[in-house]
Amino acid sequence: MRELSLHILDALENSLEAGASRVTLTIEEDLTADRLTITITDNGRGMDAETVKTVLDPFFTTRTTRHVGLGLPLFAAAAKRCNGDLTIESEVGRGTTVQATFQHSHIDRAPLGDIHDSLLSFLLAERPVDLHYVHRVNGRQFEFDTADIRAELGDVPLSHPAVREWLSEFISEGEREIK
Amino acid sequence: MPKVKSLADLKRIREEAQKDIKVRLKTGTTITVGMGTCGIAAGARETMHAILEELRKREIDAHVTTVGCIGMCSKEPLVDIEQAGHPRITYGNVHPDMVPRLIEEHLIKGNVVQEWVVGRVTRD
Repeated sequence: MRELSLHILDALENSLEAGASRVTLTIEEDLTADRLTITITDNGRGMDAETVKTVLDPFFTTRTTRHVGLGLPLFAAAAKRCNGDLTIESEVGRGTTVQATFQHSHIDRAPLGDIHDSLLSFLLAERPVDLHYVHRVNGRQFEFDTADIRAELGDVPLSHPAVREWLSEFISEGEREIK
Repeated sequence: MPKVKSLADLKRIREEAQKDIKVRLKTGTTITVGMGTCGIAAGARETMHAILEELRKREIDAHVTTVGCIGMCSKEPLVDIEQAGHPRITYGNVHPDMVPRLIEEHLIKGNVVQEWVVGRVTRD
């Protein structure tokens, strides 16, 4: 995939398919340490140790539950190309954490890309999931939690056109401020 | 937290939205974009972006949602359009440059773009 934000969207969709009700996405850009770390934690159904081992195999998929397909092997390959790695920690019934690390300045590192569109795609999911998002760039931080947003909205869904517009501007502005 | 956009805006949006939400569910339009690995790799996020842009430009009030893989991976990006009282139409291989015509024909003129259709569901 051309952008890290597409890998991120794909991983977020995995959490959705795993039945998560809450996902935390942290993007940490530390230019001093020359590291880019992406962490996605969900409270979905999780996987046992055997499944975790096979998840990075591109020829493995759980088709029936549609938990994982080609997505994670592609994400792992992207990280490994850039002096990084991808790790998965999971526990049945508790959830999964996927962490990908990259050398920030690596020539093969895909750009983060359009994180705004990835977040919006995820937030407009048919089955809404709460997202806690944290993006840190050298100490500056943009953070939001859709649980706070939903508390203000009551029964009005995030996909309502007026809310969607608000979210779109809110995310653009937040990302702009940490650039 | 961004300064201009604040959570306080949401109260106003909520009050306005609650007035029309019931009407919207009965008569409205919902556009669904497939967002599984297959869809994402085929450019579904960009297609969704183009749809949101076109709706904004033409001031069309439609719900847009995303779903995971629905099984027709080779036809991604897949876009479903559902309007009250009409069959649900699934369009395949919808790339951003096709979106303006799709919105114009289907949503504005009410014509199904036959050559892009890959599925059709009529609800009782």
